[in-house]
Parts: sequence; C-alpha cells; structure tokens
Amino acid sequence: MNIKERLVAAIENGTVIDHIPAEKTYQVASLLKLHELTEPITIGSNYPSGKLGKKGIIKVSDKFFTEEEISRLSVVAPNVVLSIIRNYEVTEKKTVETPDKLKGIIRCNNPKCITNNEPMSTIFRVVNKELGTVRCHYCDKEQDIKTVDLV
Amino acid sequence: MFIKNFCYLRTQILHLAQISSMEKQNFVTIADLSKDEILYLISMAQEFEKHPNREILKGKVVATLFFEPSTRTRLSFETAANRLGARVIGFADPKITSGTKGETLKDTILMVSNYADVIAMRHYIEGAAQYASEVAPIPIINAGDGAHMHPSQCLLDLYSIYKTQGTLENLNIYLVGDLKYGRTVHSLITAMRHFNPTFHFVAPKELAMPQEYKIYCREHNIKYIEHTEFNEDVISDADIIYMTRVQKERFSDLIEYERVKNVYILNKAMLCKSKDNMKILHPLPRVNEIAYDVDDDPHAYYIQQAQNGLYAREAIFCRCLGITLDDIKNDKTIIN
Ligand SMILES: [Zn+2]
Repeated sequence: MNIKERLVAAIENGTVIDHIPAEKTYQVASLLKLHELTEPITIGSNYPSGKLGKKGIIKVSDKFFTEEEISRLSVVAPNVVLSIIRNYEVTEKKTVETPDKLKGIIRCNNPKCITNNEPMSTIFRVVNKELGTVRCHYCDKEQDIKTVDLV
Repeated sequence: MFIKNFCYLRTQILHLAQISSMEKQNFVTIADLSKDEILYLISMAQEFEKHPNREILKGKVVATLFFEPSTRTRLSFETAANRLGARVIGFADPKITSGTKGETLKDTILMVSNYADVIAMRHYIEGAAQYASEVAPIPIINAGDGAHMHPSQCLLDLYSIYKTQGTLENLNIYLVGDLKYGRTVHSLITAMRHFNPTFHFVAPKELAMPQEYKIYCREHNIKYIEHTEFNEDVISDADIIYMTRVQKERFSDLIEYERVKNVYILNKAMLCKSKDNMKILHPLPRVNEIAYDVDDDPHAYYIQQAQNGLYAREAIFCRCLGITLDDIKNDKTIIN
C-alpha cells in the first residue's frame, strides 16, 4: 500500500463522496449532517486534483444517503460524485440532481422577508436549474443560488 | 338510464365530498386566482354594491391585526365587516399593544385564532401573510405585506376597471409613475393576464418596470409598450390611466429626481384627446401626481375607486367564510 492510498482508508460498506471543491468540504459535511452520525467518518481535504486543483473526499462507513439528502448538495457542490461501496466494491455512482424545491437549506437574502424575522424554515422553488435561479416561497424574491447563504 | 343516473349521483357526491374537505380559503395573493375566481369575486362585489348593508356575517368575529399602521385600509376592512353584521376585534398599531411585544408572529396568530373566525392582517414584513396562512387554523386575508402584495387593493382596482368599462377584456391600460416599487401595478399585471390587456408603462428610467415583470408579460403573451414621455398624445388611446406616486426617497440620483418630478403629473389639459370611456385610477393617497383641476373632470375616478374597496372587501370576507354568490343573491338579511 503506498502513502497516497493510505491517506484515506478504504471502507467495507458505505459512501465515498469525491470531487468536492476543497473549500466546500466542510459545508458538504455540514449539509449531510455528518456531525450527527455515529458511524466512522473520514474527512479529507486539499488533495491534489487534476480538474479542481484541490479537492475534498469524505468517506462514511455504513451510511447510504437518501436522494433528498444528496439533493441538498446541489447548493454548494453540484458536481460531486457519490460512490456506493458494498464489500469494498463500488456498486453504484450517483451524481447530484438539482431538486425543484429547497426546504430549510438556504437563507433568503431579503432582510425584510418573514423567513429572516421568524423562527421558521425557508422554502425556495428552483425556477431555472441551468442559471441556478431560485425564488423564495414567502417574499417571491428571485435570487442566484451562488450568492445565497446556507441556513 | 339507471347507470347514467347512478354515475351522475356518484359525481355529485364526490363533488360534495371535495367541497367539504376543501382547504380553508385564504386571500393572500391575487396571483394564483383563476379567471373564473376573479370574475366570481367581482360578481359578489356587484351584489354588495346593490345592497351593502346586511347581517350575513352575524355571529362572526373578524380580527384586524395591523402590525403596521394603515388607517385607510383598516377602516375599509372594518367597515366591510361591520356592514355585514360581523363584530370586529384587533389592533391598529402594534406599538400600543402590549400583547404582541417580543412574541413571534406565529404565537400572535394562533392566539387570535382562538377568538376570531377570520384574520385580516397588515404587516411590514414580506411574506408574513403567507406564513400566517400556513400556521393558522382560520382563513387569513392579506391586507398588505410590506412591498410584496396588497391583493384587496388589486381586487378593488379590478372591480373599478370592470365597473367603468363594463368588461375586463381587451383594454388599453396605462401605468404611470413609479413602476419599479409600485406593488399595485405589479399585482394588476398579474391579475389582468387572463383578459388580454395591452399595457403601456410610462415611467422615468430610474423607476421603469423591472425586467422580471417584462419577462412575465412575454411569458404570458401580455402586450406592453414602454414610454418615458407623458403627454396628451401618449395617453390618447387609454381606457384606464393608473397613476402612482413618484417618491423622492426612491431615487438614488437626486438630480434625476429633480429632472423628472414634474414630468409624471397629470393635469386637465392633458385629457383633451382622451377617449370618452377613459377613467383615471390611483391607489391613494396622492401627493401631487394628479393636479386638483382633474378632480371635477368626468374622467376622474379615484375617489369612487376607494369606495369600491368596501364592496371588494365585503366579497373577500364572504369568500373566506365560505359564503357563496348564491347565498349573497338569496340573502334574507339585507337591511334597506
Ligand atoms: Zn424571502
């Protein structure tokens, strides 16, 4: 086993999330609520990557994310790839689909919006998946998904 | 024959089941009302104009919650409720109401829901009425939520247009003044999409109609023409001129404000080429955008327009409380 391989140990069963832009690694971890899990988790960042320059990798043992959980990643890292591992083998690869609705993931950038003035969950409709335009369900303000903050 | 009757009966029963399980009727935005629903509400308003005083809401309690003061709108809602025999509770200004200090909107709404049958609420926060409608067990009427929506104003505008033109179809509607921040003009575009209007947007560059509404028009095949000039020739083809206020605080460039502040003022001389049926609307209050010499002109309609708000709001209360047009037509509680 060479040093490169040893940096991220192989897992028997679980999910490997690869091609995370390095600076988004911890946001991805937080969107997937990894801090709430009890299974072994390896978070690696700043690995050299041909495409991204630097990338992050996350490995989670014995955990298979739901489509809803995966779709949350569309906000920060739409191009990540999830490999489903069973018995040390990659049995499936999943990419992120932008959902039609984002619930409780991003903040509305309108300070006068009810969602910023009341303890409640945000809801956004994705109006243009290519341009990344979302519209707040409450104040109707359209915003660019690249400029919004996470909840 | 039996089978046919049976099928008919079954459809009717299903229909009734749908009605009884129907969600409560809120009035939060006009954007999702269908053409039929808008015309239905206008028919209701017509009935209320014939007989505004009734007891059709006797025994009901209406709450008017004004988290932001607006005397004009509150009086109109409260008059509508009173003239239909309902009783009114509520507050006119949250600053003088200890009950809402530091409380979340949700808690205030749930508290009032224990007492009232319907809530008409005004709030300075955008989306407040939508959220209230999601947490409240009783219907919510949006009496204005910040710069976002003011659907009862929109309904009274539609009723005023219908009443003066005899139709909502195929009209030339001129929107004048502040088209950037004016929520009433935005609602009007959305609501008129069913009726094949031609809009004319007359505004200074800095207050021009925002792109998103122009895109909305194109997506819904609504014709529009933009103007920066405002004179007798530009408006000669109008059926409706909808004036709005050009407010100094909306300008980032005060030199631009000084340049345009007197351009979007309508005076009597500009009406010389107008069509006979043309009416001038304004959501009020006005400052100086309509000269006082217009008030006595037969084209002026903005004072009567405000009165139509009473009939529109009577219709809104009834819709939210499950009272149908038939109920209103066969109403035995009319007070003459
Ligand atoms: Zn919002």
